[in-house]
Amino acid sequence: MSRFLIPAAIFLALAGVLYVAVVHSPNKSTMQSALLGKPVPEFNLPVLGRPGMTVSKAQLSGRPWVLNVWGTWCVACREEHAALLEIARQNALPLVGLSWKDEDDLALDWLKQLGNPYSVVAVDHDGRTAIEFGVYGAPETFFIDADGRVQYRHVGPMTPEVWEREFLARVPRGGLP
Amino acid sequence: MRINFRALVLALAGASLLVVALPCGAFDIESMPTPEMQARYDGLTHELRCMQCQNQSIADSPVGLAEDLRRDVREQIIAGKSDAEIRDSMVARYGNVILFRPPFNPSTAWVWVLPFLLLLVGVIVAVRIVRQRTALVASDDSVIESEDVPR
Repeated sequence: MSRFLIPAAIFLALAGVLYVAVVHSPNKSTMQSALLGKPVPEFNLPVLGRPGMTVSKAQLSGRPWVLNVWGTWCVACREEHAALLEIARQNALPLVGLSWKDEDDLALDWLKQLGNPYSVVAVDHDGRTAIEFGVYGAPETFFIDADGRVQYRHVGPMTPEVWEREFLARVPRGGLP
Repeated sequence: MRINFRALVLALAGASLLVVALPCGAFDIESMPTPEMQARYDGLTHELRCMQCQNQSIADSPVGLAEDLRRDVREQIIAGKSDAEIRDSMVARYGNVILFRPPFNPSTAWVWVLPFLLLLVGVIVAVRIVRQRTALVASDDSVIESEDVPR
C-alpha cells in the first residue's frame, strides 16, 4: 500500500504547488504595483493645453488624488473614457491625467471630442515619468493618498465597479479635507 | 568539383541565415561611449524583462516601453551607477518580475529550491528502485529459460 501512497502524496503536493503558482502567476490585470505604500515619484511636467504651466507632485499633495495614464493610441483608453467622465461628474477625487508618449494635438482633439474628465493633464512625452511610476501599459490608474503614497493601482480600463470598490473605498471617512 | 559545390551550398545557406537573422536585431542599437559600458549595457538589457511582452528582454523587444527602459539603463550607466543599483532601481519601480533571474529571498526561495528538491526526490526513488532490483536478481536462483540455452 505504501508503495502507492508515497508517490501519490508527492504527486498531490506537486500538483498543489503548481496550482497555487498558476493561480497566483503575475497576470497583467492582477499584478500589484511595486510602488504600493511608497511615495509617489517626483515629477514636474507641462500641463496639456496650457503652454508655460507645469504640474508637480508638490502641487498635488495634501489630499488624495487619482492618476490616470492614457494615450490616444490606446484602444482600451477609449473604452474606459465614458466611465472616467461619469467619475469626474461625482467630483469625489481630483482626476489627474498623464498623457503618455502622445502628441499634444491628438490628445487635445481627443478631449474636445470625447469630453474632458481630468482636473489637469500632465504631459509625459518621453515616458520618463511613466517609468518612475512603473507603468507598463495604458490605461493604468493609481490612487494616491493625502500623504502622497501610492495605495492602489488598477491596470486596464476603469469601470464603475472598480472605482467604487478600490478607489472611493480608500477615501478617508468624513470626506476630503 | 563536388567539394566546391558543397562549399557553395554551405555558403549560400549561411548567407541566407544572415539575411534572415539581421532584421531581428536591427532596431535602435544604442552604442555606449566605452566598450566596458557597452558590455554592461548589453548584459543588463538582456536580463531585464520587457513588461509589455513579458517573455522578451528589453534588449530584444521593439515596443516603446522597452526603448524607454533601455534609455534609462544607458543613462544610469553613464551617470556612474553600478549594475546592482540599476537593477534595484528597476525592481523598485516594477517589482521582482522585471528580473529574469529573481533574487534569493524568503518570497522567492521556493523558485530556487524546488527544482533541486524534486531532483533529490527523483534520485532517491531511482536509487531505491535500482537497489530493489539488484537485490531481486541476487536472490534469484531460478534457471533462465531460453530456447538458445540447452537444458
